[in-house]
Amino acid sequence: MSQALDEVKIGGLGASRQRVEDARFIRGRGNYVDDIVLPGMLHMEILRSPLAHARIKSIDTSKAWAIPGVRLVLTGEMAAQRNLAWMPTLSYDTQAVLATDKVRFQGQEVACVVADDPYIARDGVEAIVVEYEPLPPIVNPVQALAPDAPLIRDDKEGQTDNVCYRWEVGDAEATERAFAEADVVSKLKLHYPRSHPSPIECCGSVADYNSATGKLTVYMTTQAPHIIRAAVALVAELPEHMIRIISPDIGGGFGNKVPVYPGYVCSILCSILTGRPVKWIEDKTGNLVSTGFGRDMYLTGEMALRADGKILAVRFHADTDQGAFFSDAQPSKFKVGLLHSAFACYDVPHGHITAQGTYTNKAPGGVAYRCSFRVTEAMFFQERMVQAAADDLGMDQAEFRRINLREDDSFPARTPFGFLVDSGQYAKCLQMGLDAIGYEDFKREQAEARKRGRYLGIGISTMTEPLGAGNSREYDILGIKMFDSAELRVHPTGKAILRTGAKTQGQGHETTWAQIVSHELGIPADDIVVEEGDTDHAPFGMGTYASRSTPVAGAAVSMVSRKIRAKARKLAAHLLEVSEEDVEWELGRFYVRGAQSRGVTIQECAMAAYTNMPDGMEPGLENNAYYDPPNLTWPFACYIATVEIDPETGVWDVLRLVAVDDCGVRINPMVVEGQITGGLTEAYAMSNMQFQTYDAEGNIVGGNYMDYLLPTAWETPGFELHEVVTPCPHHPIGAKGVGECAAVGGPAAFVNAVMNAIGHTGVRNIDMPLLPDRVWDAIRTGKDISGAPPFRNA
Amino acid sequence: MEERRITVTVNGEPRTVEIEPRLLLAHLLRQGLGLTGTHIGCDTTNCGACTVLYDGRPVKSCTMLAVQADGHEVTTVEGLGTPSELDPVQEGFTTEHGLQCGFCTPGMMMAAKALITENPNPTEEDVRWGLSGNLCRCTGYQNIVKAVLWAAEKQRAASAAASTDVTV
Amino acid sequence: MYPSRFRYEAPRSLGEAFALLAEHGDEAKVLAGGQSLIPLVKLRFAAPAMLVDINGIPELAYHREDADGSLRIGALCRHADLERSPLLPGNHPTMAAAAPLVADPIVRTRGTLVGSLCHADPQGDWASVMLALNGEIIAQGPNGRRTIPAVDFVVGPFQNALHPGEIAVEARVPAARGTVSGSYLKLERRVGDFATAGVAVAIESVGGQVIRAGIGLTGVGAGNIKAVEAEQSLVGYTLDPDVIARAAELAAGAARPKTDHRGSAEYKRHVVATFVRRALSGYRAPVAA
Repeated sequence: MSQALDEVKIGGLGASRQRVEDARFIRGRGNYVDDIVLPGMLHMEILRSPLAHARIKSIDTSKAWAIPGVRLVLTGEMAAQRNLAWMPTLSYDTQAVLATDKVRFQGQEVACVVADDPYIARDGVEAIVVEYEPLPPIVNPVQALAPDAPLIRDDKEGQTDNVCYRWEVGDAEATERAFAEADVVSKLKLHYPRSHPSPIECCGSVADYNSATGKLTVYMTTQAPHIIRAAVALVAELPEHMIRIISPDIGGGFGNKVPVYPGYVCSILCSILTGRPVKWIEDKTGNLVSTGFGRDMYLTGEMALRADGKILAVRFHADTDQGAFFSDAQPSKFKVGLLHSAFACYDVPHGHITAQGTYTNKAPGGVAYRCSFRVTEAMFFQERMVQAAADDLGMDQAEFRRINLREDDSFPARTPFGFLVDSGQYAKCLQMGLDAIGYEDFKREQAEARKRGRYLGIGISTMTEPLGAGNSREYDILGIKMFDSAELRVHPTGKAILRTGAKTQGQGHETTWAQIVSHELGIPADDIVVEEGDTDHAPFGMGTYASRSTPVAGAAVSMVSRKIRAKARKLAAHLLEVSEEDVEWELGRFYVRGAQSRGVTIQECAMAAYTNMPDGMEPGLENNAYYDPPNLTWPFACYIATVEIDPETGVWDVLRLVAVDDCGVRINPMVVEGQITGGLTEAYAMSNMQFQTYDAEGNIVGGNYMDYLLPTAWETPGFELHEVVTPCPHHPIGAKGVGECAAVGGPAAFVNAVMNAIGHTGVRNIDMPLLPDRVWDAIRTGKDISGAPPFRNA
Repeated sequence: MEERRITVTVNGEPRTVEIEPRLLLAHLLRQGLGLTGTHIGCDTTNCGACTVLYDGRPVKSCTMLAVQADGHEVTTVEGLGTPSELDPVQEGFTTEHGLQCGFCTPGMMMAAKALITENPNPTEEDVRWGLSGNLCRCTGYQNIVKAVLWAAEKQRAASAAASTDVTV
Repeated sequence: MYPSRFRYEAPRSLGEAFALLAEHGDEAKVLAGGQSLIPLVKLRFAAPAMLVDINGIPELAYHREDADGSLRIGALCRHADLERSPLLPGNHPTMAAAAPLVADPIVRTRGTLVGSLCHADPQGDWASVMLALNGEIIAQGPNGRRTIPAVDFVVGPFQNALHPGEIAVEARVPAARGTVSGSYLKLERRVGDFATAGVAVAIESVGGQVIRAGIGLTGVGAGNIKAVEAEQSLVGYTLDPDVIARAAELAAGAARPKTDHRGSAEYKRHVVATFVRRALSGYRAPVAA
């Protein structure tokens, strides 16, 4: 009779295990970067440019130096002496660390002051006098591409215009032929506004250069500590083994904490120059005006349709506003990230995409905000296009999707842009969502309400997106391939420590990784401690972003556990005195085939690894695994929102939001659901209130929490969650990425619902966020509403 | 530099410190007293990560001067519960998965504590309204609301049990 | 996030406070709830040389209704005290509607009505309420007290009518006659946001006929606006749809909004008209409009 352990009881796969990291967080005992105090530590504050585009005529730091307690005033000129005024970006451009020649966006780093405490450092910043000669600012691609536009990147040799890249994918000719055969061509144009990930914790670092040993230790808010070590080695020209990056508890990342920022570099340089630890803690304004944003893309496209609703082809063009430096933190070999994952869930035979990036006088970098590098724009455009097409055909939006979604038996399927979509039950998910929301009933209610002057709307968003960068063929950072890693050490008593190259920022790795080990080895999850983020301890990995942890590091955890189990099997055979072939595994123990009661536990095997190994076997029960995934993972989601608009004010409220997520096998359902409700809230935020824009002078609007609005518990609707499980065919435990799905697919559900509610007006598009005045204006005028900057201001 | 000697009762313990008047209460707690559970998440009094109880009422400690706490009582997250026993709010947050990155959590819990102390039997709407001065980016609030309702119920059960003890 | 240096005193009585203000003149600024002043100081948008903290003067922490029905709000009465006050819902519906819509719940435990009036932020909520209710501010200095009508209290953005050395010790809402109704409607995109547009309406009527009307507007001008013509258009009439529509139109005409990231001028004007109409029609907003 089986003596296998009950997997859920030991905290294995499928257990909604309470999170182990909570124990410290709920007691206020987390260890975030601002909590770190080192002996002799100094504090650094940054002076930022008030202007969007200006030549620096002079910088006078004498008054700052004169303040008691000020230890160092660092300018670009001083950084240049160390060859550190500029640094390479992850997109093979350069970015100013401290401005020397010009400032190129409002909020750019100009100088920094190091002092005994941050109050004095701020006094020092205030005492620096900079003389600027203003230059004309550029705040959108149209201005950037104008023939007489000032050249923003005059620092770059050979750069004669403000174009940053051009890119295309697909088959233009085949697509053109398909359009020629179309019964209906549906068109759409929109701007996906600039948004900021805005974790509540801002960026920061404590750099500690030990001049005696030559070792540099940097505590920093990074989602990818190992890559940072490589980057610091390159930028600061320090030997990599003398650099230790420690990513402590991180107060949210959402993609904001992937890039290398000037503040980090300055804190390192200041530590080297002062010989003391230097702490830099960014303020919220600094975070919002200078660090990695997301989106800011202009999309124009069309869809070729047969009268019966079949999509024949799509083509579209994207203009991306990159800001002053091309510093996208994205690891794909595609200049515009994974934009070409658009329409992957639909059976679209032909497609063609072109893209062009431009420099502007706006904050640079980032681009991945809770998404895999432009998939958010891709899926939003896709789902807005789908709704427009259904409307143009006079077809029900659900029916249009039913006709075009890939069928269950069509996998694996190659998209016209080259992706291999490998699994899914799309029709089932859609139907589950429609049933949950009561689709037909709602449409009746909507028609009734319309007669009484009420504006109800329903919006659907269905999408699959590629998560888990990468595979090493197409994804790398600084040439380093996108794998990830895990190292597992099982101690003599059967307890274990697991380390990975990922870095949790709220995703709960300390809880969920242990569950994978538990699933593979039958060691109770409570007996496994998980550590990440210290490059001196953890194996090299590429970090946590783009929903890649479970697809890649999670897979590595499985694989290393299996290596351990393989060795344990040999130990079991030795202990049971049978040949290895006669040993069977059930959760937590090996037994002799045909004699199930004769067995040894994994813990007994662990002890034997140190005390009683067979002749010729290396002692110990430790191993590591590096995992290079064969493909991305393809979760699918169906989000359906219902809304009511107050036509007099344009204010709209969410009535219900139904989410059906198929992210494959769920390791910890509670944690997965937390990821989904979090993502849905960001989706709601982007559709309703959250955006950054710039006025004609290049002043940022949305540079603090008074202007950059994040929803509170009050505005945020409740969410109804459902699941379908289609295991990933190539992931060791069948899991797929999930963290970003709701933030990627969600916005279109809300926007489609509002557009559906005002369908009778003929308005085709209102750019996000759907501010009350925009909605009111659209209803009143019957015209599309653009939200592109420059933003109107009195 | 003009320094002041103040005495603040923090988590029940009187603490005497010399400070500059310009020092914010949040910085006194974090740097001066080493109570780093109180976090700072914005510059504009919006995020609420720094929420503490000041004479029992929730305040944003980034928007008070430390010197104003002279002679007053401040309770921080470190003062919730005891080493051996969690406060119902803490228990609720972990049971209902009301936190992810943990950064907003101390402020959120202090606001929640004040809320259920004042209103022991809140509705979901009461909780959403009462926590609307605190921002969270990870959870989407749904589980935070559940956590607070859980804590309120636990607290009601505890006080019902206590009053039964008295009457019996 | 780190204020400049300043000196700080916490007087225990009004007398001490006046002495400090007299001694330090223009350099000194009064600190009450601090929920506007401290953010400005943190961002170094304001750098007073001295703060006189009046929180230690317990006699300023009150709000009460006088025998004649007028409401007195002391300088240390917090927004939250008003939000929870049993005095407001019956006799002071406009006040009751506004109290929960000021800032956010945590800020409300500390911020004060009088301090908010003194701060004179053009987007402040309470000033509109005071304009609608014909409120007054009691200023006290070493030489005694004077009463400043709300309509005269704000002299410009972030500028009030206090003389150097004076402290606003109380706000007063005069007693209403007849049947009282009113509301404060605020269009805000999320809790804690400033109003895109806000409307305070206070109506006193006898036998269905309006005997006094007050309308104050938030966020639609260089300061809060008292829509005098709209108010006058209501007096002597019953609130039928035509009368309401006329008042709404006049109020919208009194607004001087600017286009910004909260909305276009045209939109804000429209919201004013809509909210005046709704408030006069007895529209009851949900707890957050």
